[in-house]
Amino acid sequence: MKIIIPKEIDPNEDRVAISPKNISKLKKLGYDVYIQSNAGLKAKYTDEDYLNAGAIIVDSAEELYSIADIVFKVQPPTDQEINLMKPGTLVLSYLYPALNQQLLTKLAEKGINAVAMDAIPRISRAQKMDVLSSMSNIAGYRAVVEAAFHFGRFLNGQITAAGKVDPAKVLVIGTGVAGLAAIGTAKSLGAIVRAFDTRKETAEQVQSMGAQFITVDLEEDGSTETGYSKEMSEAYIKAELALFKKQAQEVDIIITTAQIPGKEAPKLLFEDHVNAMKCGSVIVDLAAPTGGNCVLTKKDEIITTDNGVTILGKVNMMPTQASYLYGNNLINFLEELGTADKFNINMNDDVIKRAVVVYNGKINWPPEPLPVSAQKPIISKSIEQDSISKAKKLSKQLINNAIYIIIVGICLFFLGKVAPPDFMRHMTVFVLAVFVGWNVIWNVTHALHTPLMSVTNAISGIIIIGGLLQMQSNITDAKSILAFISILIVCINIVGGFLVTYRMLKMFKK
Amino acid sequence: MISAEIQTAAYLFASILFILSLSGLSNQESAKRGVIYGIIGMIIAVVATLLGNIQGYGFIIIAMLIASVIGILVARKVQMTAMPQLIAMLHSFVGLAAVLVGYGSYIDPKTLDLLGAERTIHYVEIYLGVFIGAITFTGSLIAWGKLTGKVTPKPVVYKGKDIINILLLVVSIVLGVFFVQATGVDGMPYLAIMTAIAAFFGLMLVMAIGGADMPVVISMLNSLSGWAAAASGFTLGNDLLIVTGALVGSSGAILSIIMCKAMNRSFFAVISGGFGQEVKTGAKIEGKDTSITHDEAAEWLKEAQSIVIVPGYGMAVAKAQYPIHDLVEKLRNEGKTVKFGIHPVAGRLPGHMNVLLAEANVPYDIVLEMDEINPELPETDVVLVIGANDTVNPGAQEDPSSPIYGMPVIEVWKAKRVIVMKRSMAVGYAGVENPLFYKENTAMLYGDAKESVEKINSLL
Repeated sequence: MKIIIPKEIDPNEDRVAISPKNISKLKKLGYDVYIQSNAGLKAKYTDEDYLNAGAIIVDSAEELYSIADIVFKVQPPTDQEINLMKPGTLVLSYLYPALNQQLLTKLAEKGINAVAMDAIPRISRAQKMDVLSSMSNIAGYRAVVEAAFHFGRFLNGQITAAGKVDPAKVLVIGTGVAGLAAIGTAKSLGAIVRAFDTRKETAEQVQSMGAQFITVDLEEDGSTETGYSKEMSEAYIKAELALFKKQAQEVDIIITTAQIPGKEAPKLLFEDHVNAMKCGSVIVDLAAPTGGNCVLTKKDEIITTDNGVTILGKVNMMPTQASYLYGNNLINFLEELGTADKFNINMNDDVIKRAVVVYNGKINWPPEPLPVSAQKPIISKSIEQDSISKAKKLSKQLINNAIYIIIVGICLFFLGKVAPPDFMRHMTVFVLAVFVGWNVIWNVTHALHTPLMSVTNAISGIIIIGGLLQMQSNITDAKSILAFISILIVCINIVGGFLVTYRMLKMFKK
Repeated sequence: MISAEIQTAAYLFASILFILSLSGLSNQESAKRGVIYGIIGMIIAVVATLLGNIQGYGFIIIAMLIASVIGILVARKVQMTAMPQLIAMLHSFVGLAAVLVGYGSYIDPKTLDLLGAERTIHYVEIYLGVFIGAITFTGSLIAWGKLTGKVTPKPVVYKGKDIINILLLVVSIVLGVFFVQATGVDGMPYLAIMTAIAAFFGLMLVMAIGGADMPVVISMLNSLSGWAAAASGFTLGNDLLIVTGALVGSSGAILSIIMCKAMNRSFFAVISGGFGQEVKTGAKIEGKDTSITHDEAAEWLKEAQSIVIVPGYGMAVAKAQYPIHDLVEKLRNEGKTVKFGIHPVAGRLPGHMNVLLAEANVPYDIVLEMDEINPELPETDVVLVIGANDTVNPGAQEDPSSPIYGMPVIEVWKAKRVIVMKRSMAVGYAGVENPLFYKENTAMLYGDAKESVEKINSLL
């Protein structure tokens, strides 16, 4: 089967659907790879790189589409590109199916099967194919790097001989993959990082990255069964905007990543927020492709407001690595469909049936929901029950212990009644020694259990005293023979045991 | 000739030194000092006894000389992989000595002078000492045989074992009553029959236990040898023997408890034996195992920053600890963090893996216990499982129908990648399928552990 990779038409798209590094894996799966000449140029991959990796270079897009079984693309196909495709071709690319009903209809009419790489369900099995994760990770990192560039000051605090420099304060709104990547990057550059999300379950992840989770004082959780956030109530949004206003006065950089699937990005920063920010501050709006979180954002543009705030409506997607990761996502999905000779679109598979949005002339959108949210509500009742049963257990234990002690006491009383005083003296020594041994041995480290066994072996050779005491001057006496044998074997224990223990312990080195 | 009071004082001193000796084992630094304390204590005890009222010095010196030569030779020659065998053998000696001391005490003319309760108690002491000693003796011999491969390592049980055991115990008690009531040395036949029963008991006890339960058995025999010594102490009225026996007895008991906890099985379930003989299935596992080549394994290790090695009995069998040490050195020189995770029951002896790694010069501060390594595993890039199976079985946590469900295990599957070195896909000791082998992030590297590690070494 032939996979083709056309040159991206959108002038703002620097990525290419696969990198030369990905091609060997495709070949292993049995696919032939055709790529349009200069397709990878903007991602810093030359035709020669692709040629060496085993791809075939084709000059014209028309020729390329005419042989295609599978098309790998980044941006959604344009009308012009769709016209070039044969019916039955499989296209893998971003499709934004929720916003692009027209495009889906067109693909269906043409009989083209289409996989929306941005509609891969976000479950753990599908993570390796999830372009939103892999690309968001890049966007989050890059957002901080570009913000730092436009901010033009240190992000970390420093105390130098020439004076003290305060660390920059960064606010991250929306803590999905991009948000968390931004937090991690900003944190490692030394900034003070705060993060906001309507989904309370993300607080733990934010804190684990070393940022402070800020929230509004309203009991409303934005998490949904799909793992994305939902739209919040009016009261919540009001409180949220007030919180942002307060933060805007304090922070130097705001990175917004809030998106709601299938909808325009929520507006979170208004003119008064931007006006409240200090001169030289930076806003990076990663939601710009879906309309932006800030009302002033212009898609694909960098603007500076009258009060000196820079607003970035685009970030460089680091096309070299992005193409490689995107290519891996595509190939991982392709692997689910099988090798070239066993190719099959299994519409019963949980992941495939949701990602293939146009199949055999039918539009398969919106898909049935798939619950994935991580945190389940905690049932407080069980905690109460727990503490009750714990208390019961404790009192039961207490009674049991009391019974044991009483039984032991009674036994000792009767023993004392019949046993001679000498025996009782030995018994005292014995019981105390057991207790001493019990406490001493629990402290022995696990690593030294073998030496412990060999040393206890050696010292239990103290039974040699028995043999010594029973030895007679006449060796033919039965008692002497027994004593001789016991001295002999037990002495092996003592000497061998101590020596081998010492040998072992000498080996333990740091 | 020294007075009895000074002798008692010397014994007390020796007891203190023995306790210090054991408490020294709480960490590696103080452990060597601990052994020195033990040796001094032993010398003081023996010298104090010899300076007392003792006869037959010549024979004693001959016996001790022969024994010392044998002891030195054994301690020098023994391989660290053969430690379990040696320890089992030494246990049997203590058991045999306890039997001999018991018999010796019984035929001692002084015993005949005793009267009333004192006499009864003395006879009970002898009887008990011989009983425990004989079990320890034959049990340890069989354990030794199983560990050296001279006796089948598979559990051997017969029908109605439990009933016969109880019967034999009842018979022993009845014989004991006759023994105590017999005058002079007339009780000798009873004592002899009981010794035979106890010997049979010890033999069958260990026969019923399979190879991987050996850590529990050896700990138990360790404990028994201690109680045997304590019983001899009562027989002879010697406090030093009682103290030492009690120390050793409780030490072995604690080791048994630790080992049983690590296998999530009760002590009685282990010694009643028979585990792992029938194939217990647990849940059927669906999926395919993926195998990798040595090149790929080496590649994974090169890419990894943090590596954890989990060894099991398979490492001891293949004697792979030396190439593993080379591997660790190479990886550490490249700035990677390498750690070891040791399950408490890995190997055939408590702490067996630690000794083997120490022998190969692996620094002990990178060798961690199960509880220490588990929290670190999710952050680990590659886990190398070498000859371990049941101790890394995720079924113990995930599959309630598994026979080992609930056993604490090393959670290797939480790491990013796992390489399992194994000779074949065969089940482990517990006879349970291991779902680890079918996990997505697990790859199998088949072949002899030693050769595999050496090959990887040459590729790094």
